[in-house]
Amino acid sequence: MDLIIQILTNQLTILFALIMAVFLGFELISKVPTVLHTPLMSGANAISGVIIIGSIVLVRSSGSEDYVSLGLGSLAILLGTINVVGGHAVTNRMLQMFRKK
Amino acid sequence: MTALINLVYLICVSLFIVGLQRLSSPKTASSGNLIAALGMGLGILIALLAPMESGDGNYLFIVGALVLGGGIGLLVAGKVLMTKMPEMVSLFNGLGGACALLISIAELLNFHDVKIFQLAPYLTTLVALVIGSIAFTGSLVAYGKLSGSIKDSWKLPRANMVNIILLLTLIVASAYQLQMLDTMELVYLIMILSLIYGITFVLNVGGADMPVIISILNALTGVSAALAGIIYDNMIMLMGGILVGSSGGILTILMCQAMNRSIFNVLAGDFGGAGGSVAQVGDQSVKEVNIMDAGIMLRYSTNVVIVPGYGMAVAQAQKICKELEDLLEEVEVNVRYAIHPVAGRMPGHMNVLLAEADVDYAKLLDLEDANKFLKETDVTIVVGANDVVNPSALDDPGSPIFGMPILDILKGKHVIVLKRGMSSGYSGIENPLFFHDKTSMLFGDAKKSLNSLLDELKTIV
Repeated sequence: MDLIIQILTNQLTILFALIMAVFLGFELISKVPTVLHTPLMSGANAISGVIIIGSIVLVRSSGSEDYVSLGLGSLAILLGTINVVGGHAVTNRMLQMFRKK
Repeated sequence: MTALINLVYLICVSLFIVGLQRLSSPKTASSGNLIAALGMGLGILIALLAPMESGDGNYLFIVGALVLGGGIGLLVAGKVLMTKMPEMVSLFNGLGGACALLISIAELLNFHDVKIFQLAPYLTTLVALVIGSIAFTGSLVAYGKLSGSIKDSWKLPRANMVNIILLLTLIVASAYQLQMLDTMELVYLIMILSLIYGITFVLNVGGADMPVIISILNALTGVSAALAGIIYDNMIMLMGGILVGSSGGILTILMCQAMNRSIFNVLAGDFGGAGGSVAQVGDQSVKEVNIMDAGIMLRYSTNVVIVPGYGMAVAQAQKICKELEDLLEEVEVNVRYAIHPVAGRMPGHMNVLLAEADVDYAKLLDLEDANKFLKETDVTIVVGANDVVNPSALDDPGSPIFGMPILDILKGKHVIVLKRGMSSGYSGIENPLFFHDKTSMLFGDAKKSLNSLLDELKTIV
């Protein structure tokens, strides 16, 4: 119970932002035509790679001797970048095909 | 300085929102993707440059990983075949999940001497670990299923029971972990349980339902990114993650609606296989058509509809379809493509493939328009589609797909089905369409059949 109150008081702004974003996400996608489902999923997947920012912060804030954090963080950056760059590139390739007409 | 950084993050989040919005309309989609990518690039730049209170920077590691990852990403994205797109998205998503897993573990290791006021961030990190791990292994299993390296018949017995027990164990273990914060043993156990749950959660879902699963897993990766955003008190991660989480959630629901099934029904995975109406088949016979007759039927039609399915993707037959269309249009036969929302392995999969073959966007009919047009259609050619044209969905209450909206191609005059053999569809349900009076079968590889059909037509056009 303390935990819940703690979250509610400390993270109130975040909670507001969170709820708004949930509805925004619903709104943005609810009218999308089926033809765009694949590129949309792929584009959204690339955006979910935003977690890479966390891994950059992690590595930057680690000590240069802290090999565990450095190792885990660098691997996280590597995998996250593949997700972000590959995701946007592949989405772009798909959408270029639609645009040709 | 902090104000400036927050301002740039705000711009990044806005770019994500505008990008997603533009991605949901065909005309603006391409720019939408680039706008979202711009937001991402800007966010990464700020993460690299923003001043930090502690830490040694370690730029060699960061830049090295960024360059290597970017190179691999570009290489893979440039090479992958359009037909393999669903697998690719699934694999990329798995990497995002792995990224969440690695960060969470590293952050949990960095918690020392956890005070009571740190309980909330600790729990957040733990949940990010669980969700990231599930998204990671779940996506890999989805990838395996789509690429065929994990067979659809490999099912876990009593999967629902196993899943519930795993989930309960996970919750209990996490509750214990919150009592004994400074040890890591239980954290590793929680990670392993989550990784296993990812596998068992996806393994029993039918291969045909993988698009729904990918969408769910994508939403999960988004949520783990949002949780990481809370941990780092970083708005762009939080908003970006939640946007993906909620849009992935609504996309999942839209897909389930297109199949007229509930999300629980999809997850239970008991779809197909031993469906009720399978037994009666054996004694029915199919009618075959030869290339010459098929060619003549097409040549003297007014309206022809092509129904593409995953078989078209497998045979790489989209370009031949386009050639066939061109030839028929020359002799004033109207050719349209009927696209079912869940044809192929991913919604919109067929649209991408046909766009690759330069098919005019206006010739692709969605379910509703297609069913109107089908009433005036002389010949429908089914190219490797199966479940989406299964009439059991309309008239057989015993069928597992009863109630799913389908392309009602029997409204037209004739149906030609291009098919390798008499195997049932991806969902494993028998299709009475093949035995119908109006249906003729053209057995063989779809691309080869279409090629011979094309050659035949050239002689009589």
